[in-house]
Amino acid sequence: MDIELIGRVWIYFAEAALVTVQISVLAILLGLCLGFVAALGSLSVNAALRWPSRAYVSVFRGTPALIQLFLLYFGGPQVGIHLDPMEAGIIGLGINIGAYMCESIRGAIISVDKGQTEAGRCMGLGHFQVMNKIILPQAARMMVRPLGVNSIALIKGSAIVSTISVLELSYTAHRYISSTYKPFEMFFLASIFYIVIVTIFSYGVGKIDRRVSLEN
Amino acid sequence: MLNAAPPATGRFDMSDPIVKIRGLKKNFGALQVLKGIDMDIEPGHIVALIGASGSGKSTLLRTVNQLEDVTDGEIWFDGDLVNKKLPHRAREKHLNLLRQNIGMVFQHFNLFPHLTAMENVTLAPIMLGRMNKAKAIEHAQQLLDKVGLDDRAEYYPSQLSGGQKQRVAIARSLAMKPKLMLFDEVTSALDPELVGEVNRVMKQLAKEHMTMVIVTHDLRFAEDVSDHVVFMADGYVVEAGPPEQLFRNPQKPKTKSFLHQVFDE
Amino acid sequence: MGLDFTIIPSYLDILITGTYWTVALSTLSIFFSLVGGVFFAVVQLNRHAIVRWPFSGIAWLFMGTPLLLQLFLIYFGLVQIGIDLNAFTAGVIALSLHFAVYNADIIKSAIVAVDKGQYEASRSVGLSQLQAMRKVIVPQAIANVTPALGNMMIALLKESSLVSVIGVMELTLSSQRAISDSFRPFEFYIAAAAIYYILNLGLEYGVRNAERRSARYR
Repeated sequence: MDIELIGRVWIYFAEAALVTVQISVLAILLGLCLGFVAALGSLSVNAALRWPSRAYVSVFRGTPALIQLFLLYFGGPQVGIHLDPMEAGIIGLGINIGAYMCESIRGAIISVDKGQTEAGRCMGLGHFQVMNKIILPQAARMMVRPLGVNSIALIKGSAIVSTISVLELSYTAHRYISSTYKPFEMFFLASIFYIVIVTIFSYGVGKIDRRVSLEN
Repeated sequence: MLNAAPPATGRFDMSDPIVKIRGLKKNFGALQVLKGIDMDIEPGHIVALIGASGSGKSTLLRTVNQLEDVTDGEIWFDGDLVNKKLPHRAREKHLNLLRQNIGMVFQHFNLFPHLTAMENVTLAPIMLGRMNKAKAIEHAQQLLDKVGLDDRAEYYPSQLSGGQKQRVAIARSLAMKPKLMLFDEVTSALDPELVGEVNRVMKQLAKEHMTMVIVTHDLRFAEDVSDHVVFMADGYVVEAGPPEQLFRNPQKPKTKSFLHQVFDE
Repeated sequence: MGLDFTIIPSYLDILITGTYWTVALSTLSIFFSLVGGVFFAVVQLNRHAIVRWPFSGIAWLFMGTPLLLQLFLIYFGLVQIGIDLNAFTAGVIALSLHFAVYNADIIKSAIVAVDKGQYEASRSVGLSQLQAMRKVIVPQAIANVTPALGNMMIALLKESSLVSVIGVMELTLSSQRAISDSFRPFEFYIAAAAIYYILNLGLEYGVRNAERRSARYR
């Protein structure tokens, strides 16, 4: 193991790790918004809302994220969408993870006992009021963990944006492997940063999860 | 067999009924659950619906506030046709107004686990603008007091026993000051030693002349509390009458054999 | 430049070859990821920490890092220590290892999850330890793992697209070839997405079928 080399380049990996964090956080936020809207849409009684949501989930979960990213970045200009690599990375990852998050949110909502809706409707509350005050607060607790799993998958999956030359962690690792011919050292270095990011993130998710389940 | 179970009426008084049911039929797919029910419920009366599992009594109860829609027939509540044909939006509005006047208590409580007992009771009155928050809390305090749980207002459902949960659920359904209360096997899921406390609350309500429809397996309680008992089998009303008549002197063979089975156990 | 999907048929042979290699890559990797998963699971249930420890380390590393990075490690790393692999073999190894680690986790918890009473009951009617394992525990564990393993296979098929970055001529790289010749990225990525989608549907159908069959007694 070439410790001297690691000592020399680790700072560049640290900078790249910040880019990975930045992309991941923004993509997760985008994914949460899309997932939430799509989840409500897919549970709607209105077919005009239901079908687009179901189609979105099916298509984006049914095809590789890499292809979706390439389509957006390389194919986008053909249909008037011009994005720089960073923008394309965030939007591409966000749209992709949104489809998975939709399923997590939908699952949490439908796992709330049907009797809760009945009890709410029986009191004269409307559909929206029942969703807002009774179903969502309960579902929110159950979706923390699966959404955390989605987010951690996204952090690791964000490596694919290196293929459209976003200067993040995997791109940096790849570049240094090519220039130094030290794949083990570079893998080791990048791994540490990924594992640190994922560990901190899981810790945060676990904390939120305990908070919301303790509230009751 | 059809002759043995004519659609008998539950009519028993000449005053204006609060609930009128006429020719009510309900299918679940190919399965006919209610096969033509006629029934009147007078204000201030307590009606017990009895019968074996699958006789249709819970379904009948749930059609009154339209948790189940009906296949055919009419239900009138307080002079208003409950199951009128309306476009989706108008129907939702109509149902919300209707349900504010009908309280319902479930077998499995269906308390909202993320809200305290107090919040469970005040949710609907506040959200529907029936009372301001202070007024709703004061009213809820009275209701919790009435069901004997004034000291449990800040507890969450998970911190309450089954009997306590059910009493909170009763308080919750009273919060909108309903004109009619529906009870769907409310003691069936309780441990035997907790049944009494819930039954006592229902008897108290009966004394205050609340109109109540009670679906129950507890025949002794039905006899004890009701003014009128309706025995159902296979989606029909087989026999109906005052408790002393129906329990002591049943007319129909089906009623006799049902009572035999239950009381012999 | 407008869209013109009529160009796709003239590159059909490239896309078909790419599809063939994606299927081959995924099938081999699914097979080895299952075999590897069982192996890792058994090792991690071993009584001796000294046996468990190295595999737990590998599992920890592979679950915490991106597949793309693992691909780089295996492709460039093995070359560095003198093992010259072609890209396809490196791709199969990386995909298999990556998913074997996840599969092991699923299999391990499924074995642990089978009620201990089941084992005791089978011993009490006179089955040997091995018979109890084979006739009682494993069939139940298989029913427990099928849905989760199925999801892993479905994920593997999609992730196999990453292997294009080390130069395996599978579907993703094939579409890139067609694009560099035709300058029509939108059309060909849509075409590739459609093919992946169909492959995915087929695999999902198979997986759900297997799930139903393995769970029929539940």
